[in-house]
Amino acid sequence: MLLTRKASTASAPSSRLSRTVAGYLGNTIDRRAFLKRSGLAVSAGVAVSQLPFSMMGKARAADKVDGGNIEVKRTVCTHCSVGCAIDAVVQNGVWIRQEPVFDSPINLGAHCAKGASIREHGHGEHRLKYPMKLVDGKWKRLSWDDALKEVSDKLLAIKKESGPDATFWIGSSKHNNEQSYLLRKFVSFFGTNNMDHQARICHSTTVAGVANTWGYGAMTNSYNDEQNSKCILFFGSNAAEAHPVSMLHTLHAKENGAKVICVDPRFTRTAAKADKYYRIRSGADVAFLMGMLHHIFKNAWEDKEYIKARVYGMDKVREEAAKWTPDKVEEVTGMKEAEVLDVAESMAKNRPSTIVWAMGQTQHTNGNAIVRASCIFQLALGNVGVAGGGCNIYRGHDNVQGATDVGPNPDSLPGYYGLLPGSWAHFARAWGVDIEWIKKQFATPAMMEKPGITVSRWIDAVLENNENLDQDSNLRAVVYWGHAPNSQTRGAEMIAAMKKLDLLVVIDPYPSATAAMMAMARPDGCYLLPAATQLECEGSVTASNRSIQWREKVIEPMFESRTDHMIMYQLAQKFGFADQLLGKQADGKTKIKLAKGKGGMDEPDIEDILREINRSIWTIGYTGHSPERLQAHMRNMHVFDVKTLRAKGGKDAKTGYVLDGDYFGLPWPCYGTPELKHPGSPVLYNTELNMMDGGGNFRANFGVERDGVNLLAEDGSHSKGADLTTGYPEFDHVLLKKLGWWDELTEDEKKAAEGKNWKTDSSGGIIRVAMKNHGCHPFGNAKARAVVWNFPDPVPLHREPLFSPRPDLIDKYPTHDDQKNRWRMPVLFKTVQQANKNAVKQYPLIMTSGRLVEYEGGGDETRSNPWLAELQQEMFAEINPKDANDRGVRNNEYIWVETPTKARLKVKSQVTERVGPGTVFLPFHFAGWFEGRDLLDKYPEGAAPIVRGEAVNTATTYGYDIVTMMQETKTTLCQISKA
Amino acid sequence: MARMKFLCDAERCIECNGCVTACKQEHEIPWGVNRRRVVTLNDGVPGEKSISVACMHCSDAPCMAVCPVDCFYKTSEGIVLHDKDLCIGCGYCFYACPFGAPQFPQDGAFGLRGKMDKCTFCAGGPETDHSEAEYKKYGRNRLAEGKLPACAEMCSTKALLGGDADVISDIYRNRVMKRGKGSEVWGWGTAYGKPDAKPATPPGAKS
Repeated sequence: MLLTRKASTASAPSSRLSRTVAGYLGNTIDRRAFLKRSGLAVSAGVAVSQLPFSMMGKARAADKVDGGNIEVKRTVCTHCSVGCAIDAVVQNGVWIRQEPVFDSPINLGAHCAKGASIREHGHGEHRLKYPMKLVDGKWKRLSWDDALKEVSDKLLAIKKESGPDATFWIGSSKHNNEQSYLLRKFVSFFGTNNMDHQARICHSTTVAGVANTWGYGAMTNSYNDEQNSKCILFFGSNAAEAHPVSMLHTLHAKENGAKVICVDPRFTRTAAKADKYYRIRSGADVAFLMGMLHHIFKNAWEDKEYIKARVYGMDKVREEAAKWTPDKVEEVTGMKEAEVLDVAESMAKNRPSTIVWAMGQTQHTNGNAIVRASCIFQLALGNVGVAGGGCNIYRGHDNVQGATDVGPNPDSLPGYYGLLPGSWAHFARAWGVDIEWIKKQFATPAMMEKPGITVSRWIDAVLENNENLDQDSNLRAVVYWGHAPNSQTRGAEMIAAMKKLDLLVVIDPYPSATAAMMAMARPDGCYLLPAATQLECEGSVTASNRSIQWREKVIEPMFESRTDHMIMYQLAQKFGFADQLLGKQADGKTKIKLAKGKGGMDEPDIEDILREINRSIWTIGYTGHSPERLQAHMRNMHVFDVKTLRAKGGKDAKTGYVLDGDYFGLPWPCYGTPELKHPGSPVLYNTELNMMDGGGNFRANFGVERDGVNLLAEDGSHSKGADLTTGYPEFDHVLLKKLGWWDELTEDEKKAAEGKNWKTDSSGGIIRVAMKNHGCHPFGNAKARAVVWNFPDPVPLHREPLFSPRPDLIDKYPTHDDQKNRWRMPVLFKTVQQANKNAVKQYPLIMTSGRLVEYEGGGDETRSNPWLAELQQEMFAEINPKDANDRGVRNNEYIWVETPTKARLKVKSQVTERVGPGTVFLPFHFAGWFEGRDLLDKYPEGAAPIVRGEAVNTATTYGYDIVTMMQETKTTLCQISKA
Repeated sequence: MARMKFLCDAERCIECNGCVTACKQEHEIPWGVNRRRVVTLNDGVPGEKSISVACMHCSDAPCMAVCPVDCFYKTSEGIVLHDKDLCIGCGYCFYACPFGAPQFPQDGAFGLRGKMDKCTFCAGGPETDHSEAEYKKYGRNRLAEGKLPACAEMCSTKALLGGDADVISDIYRNRVMKRGKGSEVWGWGTAYGKPDAKPATPPGAKS
C-alpha cells in the first residue's frame, strides 16, 4: 500500500484547480503577523509561539503521575540541510513532546514529515541497543569493554601488518561540526588520509567545481534569500521532497511575483509547484546550460560590465556556447529551441535570478563540468554576489556542509587547508601536538600528503589488483561511522568487497543495512557499536546556507549507545593517542578538556572543540562562531529578519551579548576572532556591502595573472567602502607592510603575524586590520574563473554518460580517457563506455534515482520510524505507461529491474506519466532486500527497520567524476520485466 | 467567540505529509489510523494539486445528523467532537462524511479509545481538559493550552491553516490578492462555477 504515491496516470481532473499560474507583486502576511493573528484565534489571546512553562506543566498534567522536571531543549532537525529548529519538551529525561519554533527565521515553525515526527527518536525501538559481533553467522551481544578491545586490537594488528592505509574510515555528515573535526584529527593520528563521508557522493563535484570557479564551494545565498529572487530555476533539485521547508521561501517568492521554472527528467513535486516545467534527458545537463548560454550571448543578454570587471575567461565559454546551436541542443537534451530559449530569457529578463541544484547536477560522471556550467551561466548574467541571485546549492544531510568544511575529508585538513606540509604544521600548532609525532603515525611523509581513498570507491580499494593501487596494501578494514552502504553505487560488488575484508565495524545508532549485508555475505568479521544520535548530544551544525546553529542535548544517549566523540576518545585511549587527541601539553593541561558524559564516563568537551575550531579555521571563517555567540542566537531567534536574516537590535538577556547587526547563525565566513564581531556572510561575494556588513568579492586563489591576463578584479570592482578600489591578492605580512598597515597590529599580533598570511596568523590580526580598518577582503579581490585550467575540461563540456541511451552520440561527445591514478587507484572511462556502447539494446530504459520526502539518505533511521514508515511501505519504480504497457506490466505489481551489471531488483511498479517514456525512476532510501530476498533474519533481532526494500544501488553501474570520484547515480540503463 | 476551521491552500501544499506525521506524533496515533491525510489529484502530470484533508468540523455536520446514538457534539468554537463512550462504532458517520474523516481502529490499545476516531482539532474530548482519560481516548488538547492544531502549526509551507475562520480567511484572502488571480481553494469552482478551466488530464487518460 502506497499511501502517498497515487495510482497510475491521473485521476479525475479537477479543472478549476488547473489554471496556469501567474503571480503579481503584493505583500504577504509575514510569520509574525500570522502568529499574532493565529494566536488571536484561540481564547484569551495567548501567543502560540513559545508556550510558557506553566502552561507546559499544565499540558503535562495528563500523563504525569507525580510531577517531574519539565524542560524545553532547543535543537535542530537532523534530517536535511535546511536546519529547522525544534523545541523538545523533556520530562524526567523522557522526550514527551515537540513544539514548533515559530521564531526560527529559517523554518518559522514549519516541518516536513520527517521533522514533524522527529520525536520518535525518543522511542528508538529499532535502534542498535548494545555492541554486537557477528559469530558463526549470528549476531552476538558483547560488552563495550570487550567490543572496544577487540576492535582496537584488530585495527592495530592490521596497521602493524599492512600499514595504516589498509584501513578506511567512513565518517558522517550527520556528526556535528565538533565530532567531524575531531574525527579528522583522530584518523590523522591513526596515520592515514583514508577517510571520507557522505559529501563525496553528495556535492563533491559542487565543492570542487564551485570553489575552483570563485573561491568557496558552498551555497552562495540562502533559502531565505530566494524571497529576493525574480526568477528561480530548479535544475537538478526536487526541493519539495528533498528540502520541503525550503519551499516555504520559494513559494513566498512565487507569490510575490517570482517565476519558478523546473527542468528535470521527471515531473517532480517541485515541478508541480513551478510556473513552467520542461523535461530533459537525464545526463544532458551541460548541453542544456550551454544551449541557454548560446541564447544569452546571441541576444546580448549577458552583463558585460560585470563580466569585464569580475570574470576571467568568458570569451572561451562564448566559443563553446556558439557551437551549441538549438538543433544540437535538441539532439542531446530532447528539449525544443523554444523551451531552452524560454528558460534563458526568463532568467535573463527577471534578474536577480537564481539557480537551484542538488544531486541532479552533481551525481554524474561529468558532474564537475555541469556545476561549473551553472556557475558560468550565473556569472554571465551577473547574478553572483547579488541578493536574490547566486547558486542556491541545496546540501543534503543536516551537517554535510559542516562535515565538508571541517570534517573527515581525504584530501584536506579541516577548513580546506589541504595536505601540504605547511597545512600540517598549522594544525599541529592548533592541536598542540608535535608535528614530528604526527609524521611518525603515517607510513611515509608522502602518504601524509597524498589524498586518500574516497567512499565511492572503497570497494575498488579492496578488490583492485594491488599493483594498480597507489598505496602499499589493499584495504583490509573499513569503519562505517554513521554512513549507509546503500547510498554507494555497485552494491552487488560491495558484497564481494565485504567478503574479502578482514574487518568491518559499524558505529551507528542503527545497525544499518551494512549489518544485514555483512551477515548475508559472511559469517564473521563484523562489529556493531551503538552510537548516540545528534539529539542525544550537543554541538553545532551548519545548514546549507552556511548558518551555524547550536543544538542542546535533548535526552541522554539511549540504551547502551555512546556519543561519537566519546567513542573516538575511548578508541584513542586504546590506540595510545588519547593525550594527543586532547592536545595535552608539557604542563599537563589539555587544549580540549574532558567532560563527564553518559554514566560519568569521560568525553571531550564539545565547546572546547568548537573553540579549537575557532582558533584554527581562518580560511572559511569558522573563527567568529564562539559557542557563546551561537547560543545567544538560538535563544533570540525572534530578532532576526526572515528575508535578510539580519538582527535588528536585540540583546541576549542571559549574557548581555548584543545581537544587533548579526546575521542568523553567523553564516560562514564569519571572519576573524569572535571579538571582531563580524556578522557573517549571508550572500557570498556581495560587493554592495561593506566587509564588516557581510560583503565580499571573488577570491584571489589562483594567482594574479595568467598568460598576460589580469586575474584580479578590475579597477572600481570591490566590496563597498574598501580602501583598495581595485583587485588585490590575499593578505599576508608582506602585503600589510607594503601597504603601510603593519603598525596597526598590536605588538602581540605582530608577533603572531610575522611570516604568516591571513590563514595562518593565529592572532587574527591581519584579518582585523584588512577588514575592520580598511574594508578589504583578507582573501584578496579577484575574478571568478569561467575557465578552470587545472581541471580536465577547463571549459565545461558535454560528455555522454558511460552507459548512454544514445550510442549515436558517444562518438560526438565521448567521455574521458581512462585514468591510471586518481585518488590512489585507476578509474575507467572510455573502456567502460565503449564496452557498453550497445548495452542500450538489451537495456533500453534510462534508470535514474532520487529522494522521497518521508525518508532520508540510506533510510535506516527513517524507515525505523513508524510514523514515516506507514507512509511509504514499499520500494517501487516509476515507469511511463507506454513502457509498462509494452512490457505487459500493470500498476502496483512486482517487477524486476535489471541493469547491465546483471543485478536485479524486485520492486513494485508505479505506472505514471511523472517519468517520460524511456525513463525509470527509483527512490534510493530503501535497503534490506537483496535481489528479491528480504534480509530480515540478517539484522540483529529487533533492530531491523520496519520497512525494508530493494536498494537501487544494488544495481547501479560503474562511473565516477574525473575530478572528485563522485559516483554516477542519475543516468544508467535498465530493463524491466514482470516478476 | 472564534469559529474554528481548517483551510488548505492547494497552491502551497507540496504533499510533504508533515501534517500527517505531526498529528500522529502529537496524539501517538497507531499504524492504520489516519486522522489526516494528503490527497493528490492529477498525480504526476501538469495540474497536480494536493490538499491535506481531515475532519472539516462542518457547521451542519452530517455525522452529527446521522449518528444513531447521538455521540457527537459541537464546542462553542464550532469544533465537532464525539464521545467515545457513547459511540457504538457502527460507521454510519463514515457513510455520511463527505471527507472520509472517521477512522476505525483495528485493534490493540488504540482501539480502547473508542470505536470511531477522528480529528479533534487538537481539542480533546468530553473528559476534563488535560486529564489522562482525555489523552488516552482523544489525544492532546492543544486548544486548552492556547495552541492551535499540530498539523497546521507545523505545515512545511503554511499551506494548511487552522484557527479562527475569520483570521484564516483573512490570511488566505491576502494570498489570493497577492497572486493576482481567483481563489484556487478546493471546492471554490463547485460552489461558484468556473467555466474557463479546461481538464488537466489529457483526453482519454485513465482515471
